[in-house]
Parts: sequence; structure tokens; C-alpha cells
Amino acid sequence: MFGKPSRTSRTLQYLALAGYLIFLGFPLVWLLSTAFKPPRELVRLHPTLIPDNPTVQNFVQAFTEQELGRAALNSLQVSLASAVLTVLVAMPASYALARFRSKLGTAALGWVLLSQLFPFVLLIIPIFLVLRQVGLANTHAGLVLIYVVWALPFALWMLQGFVRNIPRELEEAASVDGATRVQVLRRVVFPLLAPGLVATALFSFISAWNEFFFALVLIKTPELATLPVALARFVGIEGTARLGPLAAGSLLATLPSLIFFAFMQRRLSSGSLAGAVKG
Amino acid sequence: MTTLAERPDVERAGSARRPSRFRSDRTTIYLLLLPSLLPILLLSVFPLLRGIYLGFTDARAGRNVEVSFTGLANYRELLGDELFWNSFKIGLLWAVGVTVLQFLLALGLALLLNQQLRFRGVARVLAVVPWAMPPVVVGILWKLVYHPDAGLINEFFHRIGADGLRTNWLGDFSTALPAVIIVGVWAGMPQTTVVLLAGLQGVGRELHEAAAVDGASTWHRFRHVTLPALAPVIVAITSLDFIWNFNSFGLVYVLTAGGPGGKTMLPMLFAYEEAFRYGNYGYAAALGNVMVVIIVALLAVYLRRRLREAN
Repeated sequence: MFGKPSRTSRTLQYLALAGYLIFLGFPLVWLLSTAFKPPRELVRLHPTLIPDNPTVQNFVQAFTEQELGRAALNSLQVSLASAVLTVLVAMPASYALARFRSKLGTAALGWVLLSQLFPFVLLIIPIFLVLRQVGLANTHAGLVLIYVVWALPFALWMLQGFVRNIPRELEEAASVDGATRVQVLRRVVFPLLAPGLVATALFSFISAWNEFFFALVLIKTPELATLPVALARFVGIEGTARLGPLAAGSLLATLPSLIFFAFMQRRLSSGSLAGAVKG
Repeated sequence: MTTLAERPDVERAGSARRPSRFRSDRTTIYLLLLPSLLPILLLSVFPLLRGIYLGFTDARAGRNVEVSFTGLANYRELLGDELFWNSFKIGLLWAVGVTVLQFLLALGLALLLNQQLRFRGVARVLAVVPWAMPPVVVGILWKLVYHPDAGLINEFFHRIGADGLRTNWLGDFSTALPAVIIVGVWAGMPQTTVVLLAGLQGVGRELHEAAAVDGASTWHRFRHVTLPALAPVIVAITSLDFIWNFNSFGLVYVLTAGGPGGKTMLPMLFAYEEAFRYGNYGYAAALGNVMVVIIVALLAVYLRRRLREAN
């Protein structure tokens, strides 16, 4: 824990760390290796950890022949729309939550915690019925609406924290100088809020990008499927030879959230965001 | 400040200490909150309430217009439904198994990462990558690892000359559930590790030093200094993990879709099948209600015990 550990306990610690590295790392190495294997090596009786003749043809194949390209485009559209809408909708409310005390605001924040408790199956049936009634079932618009509402509680929580970090005195000073409320928001608050807006947008982008359950239930037309749904369908029709494109597609599907995590690393490791990102 | 205080509109708000023209009139607050609250009410709170109601009806796909209230009929049927009891049992085994294993492993890793060890950076990165992966991708990744012919694990057993241990991990009755539990642990451990690590960094160093000076062993310091200080974090993260795991869907859907023979049929998978394969909306909603009640009840028991221990 502390002080100078003995040689034996150091050795044990390194052994334990090695165990963790193997448990966490090997499946990842296997995914990488499979993604770079040419078809001949994929059907070989005894697969190797390192491909003999690494190739990128799986990546090309994943996004040309296999419908995954279209799914990636669908995911990109849906996630971008969700991110932009979430930020636009959350911004005024988070300002109100941070600057004014109100019961309504407290209730909204409390909903964050509550909404974590409910199994999606309880929400999905009524949501499905509502969307069908208004003609938005099996559309990207319907999916975007769900993703925005789904990301909102946490986005509000996060964004109002960013607003609180902007000193109130700055706003007051500007208003004393004769700026109107709108001017103060536009000239003082928004520029300082930029990092928070980016973080919120990224968070809602990633939660939409990774989401599977709602997309599986709400989208019936294969051409409209998002990437997770397309990948899951692809698993179902796998033959050994198709594992390569599957692995390649999976790696590409992970890229956006990897970038997000790299970007948010410090906030994540402080634990403040840790409760938020759950598939 | 004096010039500010002289302004008449500021004086009225003086007691609130927050001067300015941004006095919090109700209308403004509601206008600002409306764009967020309206969608939440329409697409989250309302569906939730309607979902709870549907659990007391005979709603079915195709005839949702003439839903009739059937009271506890769904729940009586659930009690006699072997498939429900199976999914409930599997769900508990899975949620408890994953939560406990992932907590123990995460605690170990967090303690290691809190030390001055080499390769700590590598471990930190590796510990976060599974978290960044979409659940569906985690499922695919482990399908590749468990693959009966082209999989990492079977090949490993072949290399060490233990061909007898090769098996169809996800397809075999006896190994399917443990196999998916390991995947759940792999996927969920990073988040728990990060939370525990953040908690550990808040544990006072002085206490440790004092205890060390008093001759307390490493184990004693861990048991009597670290663990009590970490208790609130532990309670919070294990409760959340349990709920998340009990409600999980995507990972196991991709790995086994509930098979073989229902051996990995989590409650959410069962409800999904009931609702969207057989169209029994009311029945599936009833199952959702039961799950909420179970989760709340289990949590209440757990939290009360932990709180009593902490006092």
C-alpha cells in the first residue's frame, strides 16, 4: 500500500498485473489479428496469434461488399443529428438549472438517477407504440428523438456543471456594462461554455453510436439499420471465412468511442464521468 | 460593488445576494427548461407510466387499440411460467456473478494501479479500451475468442496439449453461462476500476502512515483504513453495476441470443422475445414491472445491510 514493499510482494504485484494485462489484452489482440488475416488463414485448422501475411482487405471488404458501409453511414447521420439536437435542447435548460433554483430543475436532475433503474423493455413497448402512432416507427427521425431524450438527463447534468464553473461575476459585469440578457449569453456564456458543449455533444454522439436495443426494435428495414444492428446481423450469418470482415467492421465501429475516451481521459479517470457511459 | 448596490432593481433582489437583471422570474425559468422537459415528459416519463399500465392489460401486437385492463392476470401467469422462472434465475446468477467478480477483480486492479509499478500506463489504457467498445462489438470480439474452430481459447488448449478441454464454449449447456459471465466481467470491469481508483485516491495518506508507524500490516491497513474509507464508493458502484447487469441485453443477445436451451436467457432477452417475437406486449410489460420491483427490493435489502455495517 505504502512504504517500501518487500521484494516478494513486489514480485506478486507484477504477477498480478501480468494476469490483468493478459485477461484484458488477449481478446483485443485476437480481434486485431483476425481483422488482418487473409481468408486462407481464417479457415486454417489451427489459427495463429500473429497473421503470417497481414492484409487490409477485410477492412475494404467490410465496407464495400457487406452492407456495413451503408450501416456506418446511417449510424453517422443518426449520431450526428442526436449530438447536435441534444446540445441545442440541453443548453437553455442547463443554464436555468445552474443559475436558478427551482423544484422543476431538481426533479429533472433526479430523473437521471431514476432513469438508470428502469429496464428498457418497460420503455420500449410504449415508445414503439407512440412512434408508430405518429408515423415515426422505422425511421431515423424516430431513432434520433429517442436518443436525444435518452442522452438528455445526463447531458443536462454534465452541462449545468460546466455552466456553474463560469463565474457569475463575469455575467454581472457585462450586464452592468449595459449588455442585454441575450448579449450576455452570446458574448460571455457561450464562448466559455464551448468545451462543455463539445463534451456534451461527444457524449450523446457516442451513446447513439453504441446503442443497440432501440435500434434493433425500432428499425425494421435492413437499409436503415445502424452499425451495431448490422454487425449483430452479420454475426448471425457468419462462416469462418467471414470472421475477417466482421472483426474489421467491429474495429472500425469502435474508433469513434476510442477517440472520445482519449479526449475525455482526464475527466473519466477522475471518476466524475464514470457513471455516465454505459451501453 | 457600491455602484451595483445603488441600482434600484438590485436592491430588491438584495437578500438573494445575486443582483442583476437576471432575476429569476418563473416564466424565464420555465421557458428555458421547456425544450428539455417536454421531450423527457413525452418520450420518457409518459412511456414509463404507460409501460407500467400496460403490465396490467392484455395488450398484444396488432390490436393495441382495444387494450383491456386485466388486473393481476399477467402476474398470475408469470408465477406459473417456467420460462419466466428460468430467466429470473439466470438473470440473478448472471447479475450477481458479474457484479461480484467484476468488483473483486476491479478492486485488485485499482489497488495495483494505485502503486508505483512499471507498465501501469499500459494497464490503464487496456483497462479502458473494453469500456470504449460498443457492447455489440464486445460480443463479437468474444464470439471470436470462444469460436469452436477458429477461437483463441480452443487454440490455446491445443497448444498446451490439452485438446480434451476444447469445447464449444457458448454452445455447450454447462459452459454457456460461465462463458458469458466472463465476458460481462471483461466488459464491465474497466468502469468499476476507474470508479474505485478515483475512490482510492481520496483515501487519506496520513491515516496510512500513522497505521504503518503503529506497526499495522499491509492487510490490516487495507482492512481497517482503506476499506472503510472506500465503503460508500463500493456500495454505490456495486449497486449500479447490479442494476445495469440485471437489465443488460445487447452483449448476451450477440453472444448466444439466450441459448443454448435458455441457459443464458436473461430477463431482458425473455421480455424481448415475448414482446417482439410473440407480440405479447402486456405480458412483457408485466415482466418489466416485476423486474423493477425486484431490483428495488434487492437494493433496499443490500443498502440497509451495507449502511448498518458502515455505522
